[in-house]
Amino acid sequence: MSRATLLNAALFLMLPVTALAALVLDEPFIITLATKVAILALAGVGLNIALGLGGLVSLGHAAFFGIGGYAMGILAHHAQTFTPLMEAPFLLEGTKSMPVIWVVAVIAGALAALAIGALSLRTSGVYFIMITLAFGQMLYYFAISWPAYGGEDGLSIYVRNGFPGLNTLDPIQFFVLCFVILALVLFCAGRLAAAPFGLALSAARQNAERVETVGLSPYRLRLLAFVISGAVTALAGALFADLNRFVSPTMLSWHMSGEIMIFVILGGVGRLFGPVAGAALFILLEHVLGGLSDFWHVYLGLLLLLVVLFARGGMIGLAAGREVAHD
Amino acid sequence: MTEPLLQIKSLNKSFGALKATDDVSLTLYPREIHALIGPNGAGKSTLIKQVAGGLQPNSGEIWFDGRDVTGLSTVARARSGLGRTFQISSLAMEYTVLQNAVLGALGHSGAVWRFFNPVMGNAPLRDAAIAALERVGLVEHAAKRTADLSHGQRRLLEVAVALTLQPRVFLMDEPMAGLGASGSKRLTEFLDGLRTEAPILLVEHDMDAVFALADRISVLVYGKIIATGTAEEIRSDPAVREAYLGEEDAA
Repeated sequence: MSRATLLNAALFLMLPVTALAALVLDEPFIITLATKVAILALAGVGLNIALGLGGLVSLGHAAFFGIGGYAMGILAHHAQTFTPLMEAPFLLEGTKSMPVIWVVAVIAGALAALAIGALSLRTSGVYFIMITLAFGQMLYYFAISWPAYGGEDGLSIYVRNGFPGLNTLDPIQFFVLCFVILALVLFCAGRLAAAPFGLALSAARQNAERVETVGLSPYRLRLLAFVISGAVTALAGALFADLNRFVSPTMLSWHMSGEIMIFVILGGVGRLFGPVAGAALFILLEHVLGGLSDFWHVYLGLLLLLVVLFARGGMIGLAAGREVAHD
Repeated sequence: MTEPLLQIKSLNKSFGALKATDDVSLTLYPREIHALIGPNGAGKSTLIKQVAGGLQPNSGEIWFDGRDVTGLSTVARARSGLGRTFQISSLAMEYTVLQNAVLGALGHSGAVWRFFNPVMGNAPLRDAAIAALERVGLVEHAAKRTADLSHGQRRLLEVAVALTLQPRVFLMDEPMAGLGASGSKRLTEFLDGLRTEAPILLVEHDMDAVFALADRISVLVYGKIIATGTAEEIRSDPAVREAYLGEEDAA
């Protein structure tokens, strides 16, 4: 086994080991932190499909994260107030069922990414960054000014949504649920990267002209990557809202987009397990340094600077060396 | 006489006051190598770009296989069978040599919307890629990163990727550049055999290769074709001698 494989396995097992240890030591807060890492890592895995594979520097992924969050918030809000979402032309009720919420979140995220991507991908470079940022901020201000779902105050959900056969109020059970989803998505993202689509997408990042010359359209490859990326990030958003039992416009702000990107960059852009490492480090720093000083972001910024300057492959790149072509 | 496979009709392209392509007409028949020569800055690469699709002409038409392709994108032209190699190697540098060739085979198969099974484990794509690498003599470097190849090897990989596309016409922009004498000679022999598979529109600076290979030669000077003919005709053409070959003799 290569160093990278060992490292990935260790990273991957770190989460359930932490959660189990916390269970034994009766520290439910630590389990919640591990759950948060799993969910934020999932958001990062989503962004990494666009950023790492496709080279699409999106500063608007909070849009999808927030859309997932609001998909959960709106459905659960209607369920807990016993008001239908709409009555005409057909009756549509809210729901407290996680699987249904996830499907809605994924579809909403994918559709939003399709619309945003179709327009943004006509630009590139710094313009693409700005236009994704603009779309994200548009949704942010829309959520703030829309009173039906709490506006600036957001929506509180009193009881966590349910999953058949599980008690999701039990921290360890909700952790297992989130962790299994992360594992499944990581597996699929790994397959995607090595599949024909992944080969062509990654080639379009390296050299778009080459991809056109072999008769493949970089625009279509990137658009689909953006849609998959948005859908995964929206799923993470739905889980994140369920973790907090709360959704607010903060989930849509560019600050959130930046944080998701930090997970990816800290861990290593384009590394499958990069977002797991990045999110874990972020949460760890937030709680260790955050306990020492309210201004812990200074140290985060310093770390980010060091990673970008000296470890372009992120932490995984630093520990496992240059990526060898998977062949 | 057979129909030309590729036909360029009165093509014009200007950049401001500069006429980069000035009323160029050119044909490429099956089984022929048509070489395009001319001094630096004559507009050879600009012409190839317009044929391949990266650049829209101001006026004129490009017909390929009995169809007007002037309005088609680069992607659509590649799919219809135009196989291009670049003057400055244009490859996915992080990939291995084999991955670049597999990318070509994947483009040719069109089966890119597959999301689960590893592409490098796909036997037909892999076989097609290895066959192309074997033909240009790069197969022993298949596992090397493309960025680690020498300049000449990258030129050969360009040709190999074009081979995996199984094009109806090859557009080759200076494939010999940087190959060195022996490599140049080997590639000349290879292209000589390749013309039976698909005709080649060849831009080349290596005059030995051009005169050895070309069935017909067109000379481009300041965006205009000043002569088209066999190697013999071109050698004895006074306008060509003055504009182009003469310069070389003097140098």
